[in-house]
Amino acid sequence: MKSYASIAAVVALLACVPLLTASNVALNFMVVALLIALVGQGWNVLGGYGGQYSFGHAAFFGTGAYVTAILQVHYGLNAWLGLVIGIAAGALIGAITGALSFRSGLRGSYFALVTLAFAEVLRIVASVAPITGAGVGTLIKLDLRWETFQFQSRAPFYWIILAFVAASLVLVKLMEGSRFGAYLVAVRENEDAAKAVGIDVLRVKLAAMTLSAAITAAGGCFYAQYFLFLDAGIAYGPWISVEALLAPIIGGIGTVYGPLLGALVVKTLGEVTKLATGDAPGLDLVIYGCVLILVVAFAPQGIAGLLRRRA
Amino acid sequence: MLSPIILVPAVLNGLLTGAVYALVALGLTLIYGVLHIINFAHGALLTCAMFAAFFAHRLLGLDPYLAALGLTPVFFCLGYGLQRFVIGPAAHGEDRNILLVTLGLAVVIENALLYAFRADTRTINLPYGFDVVEVGPAFLSVPRVIGFGVVIAVALALWLIMRFTDTGKAIRAVAREKLGAELSGIDVAHIYAVTFGLGTACLAIAACLLLPTYYVNPHAGNAFVLIAFTIVVLGGMGSVAGALLGGLIIGVVESLSGLYLGESLGQVGIFIIFILVLLFRPSGLFGERA
Repeated sequence: MKSYASIAAVVALLACVPLLTASNVALNFMVVALLIALVGQGWNVLGGYGGQYSFGHAAFFGTGAYVTAILQVHYGLNAWLGLVIGIAAGALIGAITGALSFRSGLRGSYFALVTLAFAEVLRIVASVAPITGAGVGTLIKLDLRWETFQFQSRAPFYWIILAFVAASLVLVKLMEGSRFGAYLVAVRENEDAAKAVGIDVLRVKLAAMTLSAAITAAGGCFYAQYFLFLDAGIAYGPWISVEALLAPIIGGIGTVYGPLLGALVVKTLGEVTKLATGDAPGLDLVIYGCVLILVVAFAPQGIAGLLRRRA
Repeated sequence: MLSPIILVPAVLNGLLTGAVYALVALGLTLIYGVLHIINFAHGALLTCAMFAAFFAHRLLGLDPYLAALGLTPVFFCLGYGLQRFVIGPAAHGEDRNILLVTLGLAVVIENALLYAFRADTRTINLPYGFDVVEVGPAFLSVPRVIGFGVVIAVALALWLIMRFTDTGKAIRAVAREKLGAELSGIDVAHIYAVTFGLGTACLAIAACLLLPTYYVNPHAGNAFVLIAFTIVVLGGMGSVAGALLGGLIIGVVESLSGLYLGESLGQVGIFIIFILVLLFRPSGLFGERA
């Protein structure tokens, strides 16, 4: 129960941010950081708890984003309904790619490669298919109403993404304490041993990938509503696959708070770099890459691991 | 159906393109075969080599083919150093960590190039850049024909190194049985670095072969990297012959699917082959059963 209280405390603390500042820049920063925390939490379920490193979470992010956007633009569907269907579609893509790759017994490097390839196929298809607007991209019509999931100010967006993050924290905490969570960690630590004690490894991995994809797809849906614009490079581009794994690895892989912590640190680093050097393209990513290597080299358990060692 | 007049040139051009793909894939498969990791920084290192060849021409007036002679040892040392001093120590011997470190390197290199040279696309003009040679019904670009020859020569040289030199024997020993090699006195960290160096040196040559007919920008290498992954998987991870044959096959497939499906969807054809091979025959055409 103590851990749920701590989640509640962290979320309550974060919920006060819009009351303290009305600055659009600050709120925008926090919204994007929380978005990355959510997407990273999705990656964390599969990569952190399950030990299956995906390099293609863009496939789920992009599917969530495009399904939400296309349903509104071409079929006039309500945005909130689009959100639900977008999450379901992302989960479906996760289940399909998971079934294909886990059934063929792909692990480690091979799994990373095949997820990367799935994301790339979707990116190329999205960049030529007419329904996604091909090269032009998809623009969601501006219509600032509660019913259309669009708001004048940033604060409602902030509270909504915070609610998503809070839900993902509770979900992962629940998973950690459940039988399924224990199975998943067993698969990560030693797949053959897990199989030997009677765990249905394929099913566990598949469930993890579906859940992981659903969480990441929720981030994609939110992205579409927040920015109201998508193209193939944004939705399915490698940038989001990298951000998705960067946040949990830097924050602390396989921990409940890792992705949130990592996202805040990474985004702060990015902003500091921008302040120090002006808006130079690429430099923030150079820093991210260096931080990734340094964390892997010197703090394999991420920031959470460092804090734990101190304590 | 298309007549042979169109089909033959398409196949021949595909073979020429495929040869350069094969060289990129050769570096990748060599590293995989020995270190059993996928080097996600391969594309970024190729871009790096292309920029090096570009500036060798722009600043020093060096012909790319001449520059290859100088860049190959430089990139060998670069690869050696990266593995010995960055990837090896940072990864603590865990495969998952190596994946992340090479991914991190890719992000760093690519964006450092973006920062330094912006997203501009650059090309060089060579007096022979547009020369063609007539072979049967086909007109083939001279630089690409030269490229094809060089790739065959490099592959042969690599094979000889692996077959007959002590270093080559040590590399094969480490690939086969790491612990046994270590026990018989082979310095595994050194051999890993040498292999990584050889793989990177292949990229320097590939970059110099590409430059006369291709462009360079900070993302240029990415176009090749997934193709190279496909070739490596198709040919069998770690197989040199597989990489060569796989490269040629993929070159022809790309050329033909470009002909039938159009340029942008032609690429999808490659990825679909990639996914199918990964799913149904992950050991590839020549690979050993995993």
